[in-house]
Amino acid sequence: MASQEMEQLVRRDYKEGFVTDIESETLPPGLDEDVIAFISNKKGEPEWMLEWRLKAYRAWLKMTTPSWAHLDYPPIDYQSISYFSAPKRPEDRPQSLDEVDPKLLETYEKLGIPLHERAALAGVAVDAVFDSVSVTTTFKEKLGEAGVIFCSISEAVQEYPELVKQYLGSVVPQTDNYFAALNSAVFTDGSFVFVPKGVTCPMELSTYFRINAENTGQFERTLIICEEGAQVSYLEGCTAPMRDENQLHAAVVELVALDDAYIKYSTVQNWYPGDEDGKGGIYNFVTKRGDCRGDRSRISWTQVETGSAITWKYPSCMLRGKDSKGEFYSVAVTNGRQQADTGTKMVHIGEGSRSSIISKGISAGRSNQSYRGLVKVGPRAKGARNFTQCDSLLIGDQCGAHTFPYQEIGNSTATVEHEATTSKIGEDQLFYCQSRGISEEDAVSMIVNGFCKDVFQELPMEFAVEAEALLSVTLEGSVG
Amino acid sequence: MSEETQHFLDRLADIRAGRESEPTWIAARRQAGAARFEAMGFPTRRDEAWKYTDVRAIARGEFALARDAEFSPASAAALTLPIDTHRLTFVDGVFAPALSTLDGLPEGVSLQPLSAALVENHEAVGGPLGRLTGVEFSPFSALNTAFMEEGAVLRLAPGTVVEKPITLQFLSRRGEAPVMSHPRVLVQAGGRSQATLIEHHVGEEGAANFTNLVEEVILERNAILTHYKLQEAPLADLHIASIHVEQARDSRYTSFNLNLGGALVRTDLISELNGENATCDFYGLFYGEGRQHVDSHTLANHNAPHTFSNENYKGILDDRAHGVFNGKVVVKRDSQKIEGFQSNANLLLSDRAEIDAKPELEIYADDVKCSHGTTTGQLDEEAIYALRSRGIDRQTARGLLTLAFAGEVLEEVGLDAISERVELAVAGKLPERFNLAGLVEVAVALDDE
Repeated sequence: MASQEMEQLVRRDYKEGFVTDIESETLPPGLDEDVIAFISNKKGEPEWMLEWRLKAYRAWLKMTTPSWAHLDYPPIDYQSISYFSAPKRPEDRPQSLDEVDPKLLETYEKLGIPLHERAALAGVAVDAVFDSVSVTTTFKEKLGEAGVIFCSISEAVQEYPELVKQYLGSVVPQTDNYFAALNSAVFTDGSFVFVPKGVTCPMELSTYFRINAENTGQFERTLIICEEGAQVSYLEGCTAPMRDENQLHAAVVELVALDDAYIKYSTVQNWYPGDEDGKGGIYNFVTKRGDCRGDRSRISWTQVETGSAITWKYPSCMLRGKDSKGEFYSVAVTNGRQQADTGTKMVHIGEGSRSSIISKGISAGRSNQSYRGLVKVGPRAKGARNFTQCDSLLIGDQCGAHTFPYQEIGNSTATVEHEATTSKIGEDQLFYCQSRGISEEDAVSMIVNGFCKDVFQELPMEFAVEAEALLSVTLEGSVG
Repeated sequence: MSEETQHFLDRLADIRAGRESEPTWIAARRQAGAARFEAMGFPTRRDEAWKYTDVRAIARGEFALARDAEFSPASAAALTLPIDTHRLTFVDGVFAPALSTLDGLPEGVSLQPLSAALVENHEAVGGPLGRLTGVEFSPFSALNTAFMEEGAVLRLAPGTVVEKPITLQFLSRRGEAPVMSHPRVLVQAGGRSQATLIEHHVGEEGAANFTNLVEEVILERNAILTHYKLQEAPLADLHIASIHVEQARDSRYTSFNLNLGGALVRTDLISELNGENATCDFYGLFYGEGRQHVDSHTLANHNAPHTFSNENYKGILDDRAHGVFNGKVVVKRDSQKIEGFQSNANLLLSDRAEIDAKPELEIYADDVKCSHGTTTGQLDEEAIYALRSRGIDRQTARGLLTLAFAGEVLEEVGLDAISERVELAVAGKLPERFNLAGLVEVAVALDDE
């Protein structure tokens, strides 16, 4: 491809842009104990929840921003952020798809998103398009029959206070890290899932179907609990570019798996990455941790990260149960000026615990990407097993790909393996494809998809199809 | 200022006595080193580079400076490698002319203790000294600079090929009180020169001294240097070393970092690959037993296109030993056509041993082939079975396989005297040593025939 054309494609603007819309019930910027009391009050929370938030806030005040990540961004002014805004009223949103930017619709087309979903994704007032209530109702009925609880975290605080009290903060304590403490103090949204003993959740759960989930919260808090022998697959995010007016995101996700339970958590993240100078993109600081509390429990994280200006995210597993298993599958793609520092922690505590890590990073443009991982084997984790593979693919000579794996092994019966490679797309592979009449761009897309295959096959099927399309769109024009 | 740093700096008074004739620049550098050390203090485990290594054993120690180089020639001979070599010997950091062999140095080779080089031509030393590592690198390099007075200077004129290896021997003495030494080594290998440098750290049993070494190695175009660092210091010795290498075009640097001794050992090995086709090979083997702590940090900086680095480190840890491996490959922007390979394998022989490994890649160019692999595990049961099916008992099989594991690094060693010595030392440390006794000697003897 001509280099000019390439330049043009690389420089193409994010087709979405931000929506600025002032809501009536938005708090003025700033954070203090009154703001937290206001949020808690708005959510109608009990006293203990407010205390819990305040404890986090007081700890946060004494903490400092972590500086160890391979990221470069100006200091964040936490007092310039507004910590509460009420959900948008339907009349403020586009009333039909006709009012939506046609370029956005084009992207949806490319991604193969079903028609009725496009409207919801574009932020069209849902009721104006299809009867979401009826969809949700049948959905809720089915879950109710199985005994699965699936609701917003705010609802859970009121309806199931005992469960929330027991599990909230038990995996990611309020004081775990700077961003987790901030989230604990001010979280306003997120999901709560409880799967009782022996139940296999009858369907894949997705935030997308949860009522009032259209506004992905800035400070999301998700808590998923699987009792003995229970199973659930949870999908977060979607492949379509997400509109969001908040620059800072600090989510916390906690997973608890008791004996023989299995939680599969899949994420596709495609937030606004910023303009070509990296300005205005989302800062995504996420703490995700799963606790394999029970014997033979299993937690699997799969993520496809293509958006955000800054990604700071390490979905981890505490393998406490005997023969428990942790998995981490990740594809991260950065282009433009994006920066991603992502990876996982596998902490082997239980005997016979196993973990596998497959991480695929693709850097293009002027982006920088790091894999940062920790595999820790404690003295009691007899026969622990870890396999780690992290590969990086570089596209263009202005990007960077880095690997920082930590291994702390304190048990002679453990077997821990780590492999990493960094290279560019092979000229010979490209030539081979082109000699068979495949255009360079398609060839790159094919090779990149092949490179990510190990991870994509872990995604739920409909996600996998979209993820492949997403990858091509993200990397469009980055090769020349 | 902390008490600990002050404690060390108080000793500076001891080195300045009777040094009025020194060039002014060295005093200024010492001052800069002392100021920097004072500002930084000893590293703590909060510092990323020292995350796994606790240096309080050094910081809280009380070390004097040795005043003489007295050492019984017989015991020195017993500690010396059986290799025909040009040798500078230091006892607790003090140059020992009586134990050194400097006759017959070929033309084009200059090998001197630092103190002599400073007297003879201080300007020639002052230029390159400190060029590769300032006082910023670590508190220990600052401390070394503050105490810089003795060490070795090796210069090879362009085109010189030195047949015999050149040895720097550092003897650690058992004395009434522990001492510290801060040797400073400068190697300047001129264009097309070729040499083998052996650095041997060894000493009397029961010694508990602190060595803080800084080396600067400059390889000019086409120079070839093989550097053996055989660290067999007494088991209570504290050993900190940083080796800074600068490589011009077409040069080749091969390092063997063999660590068997010391209570607390930390080595930093850094190569700056500054010219096209410069190559560095890092080989390492460490064996830890008891409560030994062995930390190896390596860094290959690919500053120019078409540069190559290759690394293979092996660790064996027994008892409550703690090993640390941190290997890093950095490819600068526009350094295309790079190949960087790194491999690290560790064997834990005991449940209380620990290894912390961190292989890092930092890459800012796209046309590169870089990979690293690290594994930690135990001996392959199938391999043990294969040996047992041939009538070898389990213990012996384990011992042989452990030796074979170390052998992958040792077979790269070009000097038999070194590889055999290390192999015997490892065999002698293994829990299965009684089963192996004799076997290895026989093998070595057969090799020699």
